[in-house]
Amino acid sequence: MEYFLQQLINGLTLGSIYGLIAIGYTMVYGIIGMINFAHGDIFMIGSFISLAVFLILTTVFGFAFLPVVLLIVLIVAMLFTATWGWSVERIAYRPLRGSFRLAPLITAIGMSIVLQNFVQITQGARVKPLPPQVQGGITLIPASEVTGGISVQLSYMQIVIIVTTVVLMAGFTLLITRTSLGRAQRACEQDRKMAALLGVDTDRTISLTFVMGAALAAVAGCMFLLLYGVIDFYIGFLAGVKAFTAAVLGGIGSLPGAMLGGLLIGLIEVFWSAYFTVEYKDVAAFSILAIVLIFLPSGLLGKPEVEKV
Amino acid sequence: MATTSAGIHPAGSPAIASARQEESRIARAFREAVIVALLVAALSFFFIGVRTDIAPGGLDIRMRWEAWFTAIAIGFFGRLLLNLFVFGRDWGVGSRAGAARGRLTEAVPNLGKWMLRTFFVFAALLPFIAMYLFPGRDRQLIDVSILIMTYVMLGWGLNIVVGLAGLLDLGYVAFYAVGAYSFALLSTYYDFIGFWTALPLAGLLAALWGMVLGFPVLRLRGDYLAIVTLAFGEIIRVVLLNWYEFTGGPNGISGIPKPTFFGLEFGRGEGSFSDFFGIPYSPIHRFVYLYYIIFLLALVTYVVTIRLRSLPIGRAWEALREDEIACRSLGINTRNTKLTAFAIGAMFGGFAGSFFATRQGFVSPESFTFMESAIILAIVVLGGLGSQIGIVLASIVMIGGIEALRNLGFLTYIFGPDFDPAQYRMLLFGMAMVVIMVWKPRGFVSTREPTVALKEKKRIGADLVAQGEGH
Repeated sequence: MEYFLQQLINGLTLGSIYGLIAIGYTMVYGIIGMINFAHGDIFMIGSFISLAVFLILTTVFGFAFLPVVLLIVLIVAMLFTATWGWSVERIAYRPLRGSFRLAPLITAIGMSIVLQNFVQITQGARVKPLPPQVQGGITLIPASEVTGGISVQLSYMQIVIIVTTVVLMAGFTLLITRTSLGRAQRACEQDRKMAALLGVDTDRTISLTFVMGAALAAVAGCMFLLLYGVIDFYIGFLAGVKAFTAAVLGGIGSLPGAMLGGLLIGLIEVFWSAYFTVEYKDVAAFSILAIVLIFLPSGLLGKPEVEKV
Repeated sequence: MATTSAGIHPAGSPAIASARQEESRIARAFREAVIVALLVAALSFFFIGVRTDIAPGGLDIRMRWEAWFTAIAIGFFGRLLLNLFVFGRDWGVGSRAGAARGRLTEAVPNLGKWMLRTFFVFAALLPFIAMYLFPGRDRQLIDVSILIMTYVMLGWGLNIVVGLAGLLDLGYVAFYAVGAYSFALLSTYYDFIGFWTALPLAGLLAALWGMVLGFPVLRLRGDYLAIVTLAFGEIIRVVLLNWYEFTGGPNGISGIPKPTFFGLEFGRGEGSFSDFFGIPYSPIHRFVYLYYIIFLLALVTYVVTIRLRSLPIGRAWEALREDEIACRSLGINTRNTKLTAFAIGAMFGGFAGSFFATRQGFVSPESFTFMESAIILAIVVLGGLGSQIGIVLASIVMIGGIEALRNLGFLTYIFGPDFDPAQYRMLLFGMAMVVIMVWKPRGFVSTREPTVALKEKKRIGADLVAQGEGH
């Protein structure tokens, strides 16, 4: 039971990270109906920017107060990663708006290759280890005879991740439901041509969607860096595929669905590693994707797709 | 942004207006160049301007101001030159180039066919051309040709699934892996199995896997299909990587036998190819032979595809690509149509995989990553969906281009001895994918002749055919 609780906490933490990435996929898919294949690599970019900002702040400027450092890291990483997200959209997707559907998919794969190799060349292929920064935690259930020597820990890092995710999600929901930008986005999602006719600047709205998705991916990248402490240029692919799985599982186009899907994928992965084999955890995640799509094509919270002739 | 005012002269004094326009064009070019430079500065600061490295006691950070300023300068001048000489110009879009192409197709009625024939003759004679014209580098040339030919074959195989049947498959490498591992495993477990016995078996097994993986995804369309096939490809790779007892895990399988020429081996001594024909031994013989094997395999793929297209099944594929619902209402069995497309596409992937295994003599899961699938799909789409000759062009440009980068040793004189052009090849590959797609979203060959026609054959513009989006 204690083991189960501990894994539940770990799963929710990992799931929050997947959820944050998944939102980027689901928003872009909702608004222009394409898989933004480079989104996983945007997450990777966010992670590298976080690392660089963190090192600059701590080693060059010598800041030591961790909460402030982390806040600055988060904000700078969001800003710069958002610039990357905007540029990718501007270079590779906007010229192909209205072209046939495979074209943006190919440029997205191309962009993904470009980003990975760009980081590999400029930052090197070796992994970057960052020693754990946020240490300590709360012991929820101490180890004892009754629990079989297993304690349940909730580390401060996990608290930071979960709280950040909740806060961002709340802010994001407000943005989508209450602001004019959110309204424009929902209008574009329903019918882009009609939205454009009614005076919505669709290109700008789409750009901003990419910017927001990239900013959230940057947060996920930053959290990933702090949680695992090891990043390399290739982390984006697997994280991206899993986050896309999460988006599909939750119902693509649905924001709460993306978060729910992310949590579920995180839980499945962690429980699979804990109770079965670590090697096949990716197979588990991918199999879930296939099974969900086959039996529940619109996902858990998605709207069923109506086939139009 | 692309809508320039150059070429449109407002009423009044055209000379002054055009001068003003010229001036504003230059001013605009500068403004945009500054914006691009700022953007490059922001984008590259944490990657080019800063470098993190592992140092004793944690990570070390060092600034690279020079590289960062160089990047900004490249961004500024690149955009400036592009604006002044490429973007702003009145190219007479669709007039000059279009007319030239029209004249060309008029003068040579079956341009595509003639190109194909030339390619065929050239490819058939290539090893001899290489041997006589470039005696020192023939081995390298033939090696690259084998690689290109492998991708041509894979492209043609995937073309059946994506180009003809319109099913977007991002996990094609799975079948390539199945073919390679089939041969590798068969040859390790059974001594008597050589390349030529394993080849049909590998194709059969791959086709079987095509059906197995195709069956669950019958109901999926478009991007969903793409992502599930990607997942299947990854599952197969992860299983190959972790099933240590059977596949050797990350170590792979080595010692895969080389192909023989009717039982004659390519080596020195008794009973070898050179001994039997009484010619002096040369290591090049094996490469030439490998080249002809893949040439033959590719040719079989080509001919089978062409023939299948005019059979009912091929027409059903193309109908499926155009409109699945109409297809079903006309009584076409979409399930069988899709499964045959998957199976036949996979079979050619399996053939190519088994050739890959015998060429390398070694297989490991590392050769079958998602990147391979992406490269093959890129070749199919860049060539122009459904176009056979386009795939040849795309393979030569993309794969040949990558390989050519390996030979740019002279660049070290410009960029210093540490410069290794090979490390930039995937970066350039990705850029080429984006640039070609933006420049020609329909691929290199974007017109196509219909397979069947009611009265007379008409060339169809790409906009009318083949969305290829799997719906």
